[in-house]
Amino acid sequence: MTTITDPPKQQFRLSMLIYDTRYRSATIQVVALIAFMLLAAWLIDNTARNMMLLGKTINFGFFGEPASYDINQRLLDYTSRDTHLRAALIGLLNTLVVAILGCATATAVGVLVGVLRLSHNWLIARLMTIYVEMFRNVPVLLWIVFIMAIMIETLPAPSAFRGDNATASMLLGDTVALTNRGIYIPEALFSRSLGDIHFFGASSLRFDVSLDLIAFLIVLGAGLWASHRIKRRADRMQEETGNRPTTWYLRVGVVLVPVVILLVALGFHLGYPELKGFNFSGGTHLRNSLIALWLALSLYTAAFIAEIVRAGILAISNGQTEAAAALGLRPGRVMRLVILPQALRVIVPPLISQYLNLTKNSSLAIAVGYMDITGTLGGITMNQTGKELECVLLLMLIYLIISLSISGVMNWYNESVKLKER
Amino acid sequence: MKKTVFWGVLTVAGLAAGAAAAGTMDDVKARGKLNCGVSTGLVGFSAPDANGEWGGFDVAVCRAVAAAVLGDPSAVEFVPTTGKTRFTALASGEIDVLARNTTWTFSRDVDLKFEFVGVNYYDGQGFMVPKSLGVSSAKELDGATVCIQTGTTTELNLADFFRANNISYEPVPIETNAEAQQQYLAGACDVYTTDASGLAATRATFENPGDHVILPEIISKEPLGPLVRHGDSEWGDVVRWTLNALIAAEEYGITSANIEELSKGTNNPEINRMLGTEGTLGEMLGLDKEWAKRAISAGGNYGEIFAKTIGENTPVGLARGLNAQWTDGGLMYSPPFR
Repeated sequence: MTTITDPPKQQFRLSMLIYDTRYRSATIQVVALIAFMLLAAWLIDNTARNMMLLGKTINFGFFGEPASYDINQRLLDYTSRDTHLRAALIGLLNTLVVAILGCATATAVGVLVGVLRLSHNWLIARLMTIYVEMFRNVPVLLWIVFIMAIMIETLPAPSAFRGDNATASMLLGDTVALTNRGIYIPEALFSRSLGDIHFFGASSLRFDVSLDLIAFLIVLGAGLWASHRIKRRADRMQEETGNRPTTWYLRVGVVLVPVVILLVALGFHLGYPELKGFNFSGGTHLRNSLIALWLALSLYTAAFIAEIVRAGILAISNGQTEAAAALGLRPGRVMRLVILPQALRVIVPPLISQYLNLTKNSSLAIAVGYMDITGTLGGITMNQTGKELECVLLLMLIYLIISLSISGVMNWYNESVKLKER
Repeated sequence: MKKTVFWGVLTVAGLAAGAAAAGTMDDVKARGKLNCGVSTGLVGFSAPDANGEWGGFDVAVCRAVAAAVLGDPSAVEFVPTTGKTRFTALASGEIDVLARNTTWTFSRDVDLKFEFVGVNYYDGQGFMVPKSLGVSSAKELDGATVCIQTGTTTELNLADFFRANNISYEPVPIETNAEAQQQYLAGACDVYTTDASGLAATRATFENPGDHVILPEIISKEPLGPLVRHGDSEWGDVVRWTLNALIAAEEYGITSANIEELSKGTNNPEINRMLGTEGTLGEMLGLDKEWAKRAISAGGNYGEIFAKTIGENTPVGLARGLNAQWTDGGLMYSPPFR
């Protein structure tokens, strides 16, 4: 009878770090890590030494200095006497505005185009193909500049609206003006306004919140909640009795009536744009830089989203469509209730990348003079203070935070739509 | 990911800074070419002609420096920069000298770590409007839309001017002069503001220059001049004295026509010292005897360059004004060559 003895315990030798497969991968990782850290240390050291040679120090003190420049599109109050920090904040809000508008528009257009590209209508499907290929294969910067150039060259200047023989006129009963400086639309005004709440006093981060808006949102939210309750009740009654009570007028009523009452109580009226002096005043001014950037980014990204949506829909087996049709669902409902919910599982992860792309591409804003965070912090502030390293590092950190937030929200959404395994 | 990006930046910053540290003069000589930062195209100051050959008032400074250092006025690599990119280009060592109608200010000199070597054009910020607007003073511009090149001192002056006069305006920031021109001509902005010389240069390229007026207000002092990086005084001296040689040459009547004659020796010791027939000024700069002669021969003296590029007989049509020699009541004044 043979006994299996343990193999003689090998003594550890240095060469085993390379030749022994148990240790090899650890060795390689440690060496790579050390090399990486050395490289990093050399870079930091080199940067620090050269900064010292140039007599520059890393210093964020410039944030407290007055910015001394004006910004045209500002969501919060800002004058040239405010600090660089506030200018950066105004720029950040402008970035967020175009990112949010862009993502929403790109999604709407992208889903529509993606679905239509699968249409059996030959003309519609081909038109959508042309759209996708045109926008996907031309750099977004060119689209931005192109749309801006079209707006500047084709739309009338405000001076064309002036005088007795004006060559241009306002649209929709004199409420909307399309000019080559942007589009002026009516704004919401309240004659019995509740006022604002001020936050952070007079610091650089101060902002106001309109109580009118809060009141409006609360009333609207309550109305929607009540409407939802009515729907639930109708559902229950339908399950119990088989008859669904007609509730649509009730549901519309609980949403609209309180809102209208609130608006009347606050003295809601529209402020119309009016030609005064050099420009239109009053109303809301959507600057051509915002429109060009928003449109170009949306249409460009929508082309990619359309392809993602198409891929998502094609990934769902044809049997699903046929089964749904066999149950008697109409094509629109088949898409909305059966195909799209399943396709979302395929669509959402690549969609996140497109949102990130759109947000980062918004830094091309300077091409049309849109003052986003790259234009304020990474542009004028950097130029006037000469703090390149600080500004660029901070800028990267800000974009990183924005991108991670978008990813976080979208990953959460992805969790909620993905296949639930029980 | 975060780390990768961070190190990436440090790499770029580190490499850029590394390039900046060496002696610029040796770099230029070793390269055999002067890297000169100019504008992206401002007629009269720095713009490429139909053959792609750069010419203009600022370009002449680059050519003079190249002639003095390398002996060849065409040994220049012109790097077009925008108002925003010019300082980074200079600080990173991408260019050796920046001659791009850049205003000499305290913070650029001290805080941004540059060295202005002199002034080649005394300017001030002005406003241009279409005649049809019927505006006769900048103070009537309340509510106007103003096109402005971003990253310039004019941007700050503009904010200060409108604030001081308590009138409102809508700034439209723009990267290059060409874009500003497009927006201004299309009426997307009512006013274009930049240095008065730049306005004149821009107006000269319009189809109907007569339809546009430059308002009388000059709202700032804009001494424009070439600049180099701080911390390399030898190189700064070369550029400074090349510019001074051009200015002094006009004062002493040295022109591209008579320079050969004068460099054989004259009765004026100052001219002799400049042109290298007397003394060792060239060697003190680390150059040879004839550096100034070459610099002046490259495009003529200051007055000749002015007349050729932006003077009254050119489309730009600028009068000498403040930029006349001090002997003619202007501010152009070179320290003595002694």
